[in-house]
Amino acid sequence: MKANGHTGKTFRLLLVLLLSVVAVGLGYAVLDLHSSTINLSKLVETNLAVSGASNPVTAVLLNFRGYDTLLEMGVLLVALLGVWSLGGIPDYRESTPGPVFDTLSRLLVPMLILVAGYLLWVGAHAPGGAFQAGSVLGAAGVLLLLSGWRLEKRFAGLPLRVVLTLGLFVFVIAGGGFLLVGNMFMEYPPALAGQLILLIEVAATMSIGATLAILFLGSRPEGGPDK
Amino acid sequence: MSYVFLYALLGVGLLVLGLYALIVHTHLLRKILAINVMGTGVFLVLVALAARNQDAPPDPVPHAMVITGIVVAVSATALALILMLKVRAATGNNELSDRD
Repeated sequence: MKANGHTGKTFRLLLVLLLSVVAVGLGYAVLDLHSSTINLSKLVETNLAVSGASNPVTAVLLNFRGYDTLLEMGVLLVALLGVWSLGGIPDYRESTPGPVFDTLSRLLVPMLILVAGYLLWVGAHAPGGAFQAGSVLGAAGVLLLLSGWRLEKRFAGLPLRVVLTLGLFVFVIAGGGFLLVGNMFMEYPPALAGQLILLIEVAATMSIGATLAILFLGSRPEGGPDK
Repeated sequence: MSYVFLYALLGVGLLVLGLYALIVHTHLLRKILAINVMGTGVFLVLVALAARNQDAPPDPVPHAMVITGIVVAVSATALALILMLKVRAATGNNELSDRD
C-alpha cells in the first residue's frame, strides 16, 4: 500500500463509498433493462432454418454474428504472438511427474480428445461447439505439457504454425470466398451453410486447442526454424 | 423473473468487488485475478439477462458473446501473466513502482 495508517483507512472508506455508488448505479441499470428490449431471440428463431445449424448459439456464433468469432480467433492469435515476442519465462523449472499423474494423463488425454470430438459434432444441434471442444483440447494439451511431454522438433516449426493459424485462415477463406459470386462477406449460401460451419468449426477447434496449450507453455516451442 | 435479476445483481456485485481489489492491491497477480473476477461478473450479467423473457427461450446472442469472451479472457490472462513475469525478471519486484 502506498498510503498507510490513518490516510490508508480514509482512502479505503472513500473507495468503498465511491464503489457503492457505482454498484447501485449498475444495479439500477440492470434492473431497468427489463422494459426496453429488442427481441433478438425471436429473430434468431425465425432465421434458424437457413443458418445451417439447429443449435441457436452455434448459429449466432458462426453465421449471424460471424464477425465476432472471426475477430475472436484473431485476438487469440495476437495474444499468442504477444507471448512469443516477449520471449520465454526466465526461470521455468520442469519437474518429472509422479507415477499417479503419469498414468492418469495417459488415460485422460485420449478421453479428452474423444470428448472434444463429441462436443464439436454435437454443437450443430445441442449445446457444444468449437469453443467448448477447443477448450477441452487445450486442457488435454496442458495436461500433456505438465506431464513433461514436448512437441517433437520436426512438428514445432511450420506444422505447428499451420495448426495455430488454420482456424483464422479457414474462416477468412470461407467468409470471403463467396464475395466472388456476389454474396456479402460471411454470407453463406443456405444450402452449403451446414458443411461450411462444420469445416470452420473443425479448423477453429484445432487452432483454439493448440493456441491455449501453447499459451500455457508460455514460450515458443523449441526447435523452430527461425530460432 | 426474480431469480434472473438475482444472478444479474450478483454479477454486478462481482464486478464491483473485482474493481475494489484491482484498485486496492498492488501485487500484479492480484490485479490480474481481480480483472478476471470483473470479467466473470460481466459474463454472469450477460448470461442472466439472456433469460429475462420467461415465455421465450433464452436469447442466444449474449450466450455466444460470453463463449467468445471466456476464450478471449483466458488468452488475455496468459499474456498478462507473461508480462508480470517479465516485470519481475526485470525489476525483481511483483509490483509496479510509483514514480514519486
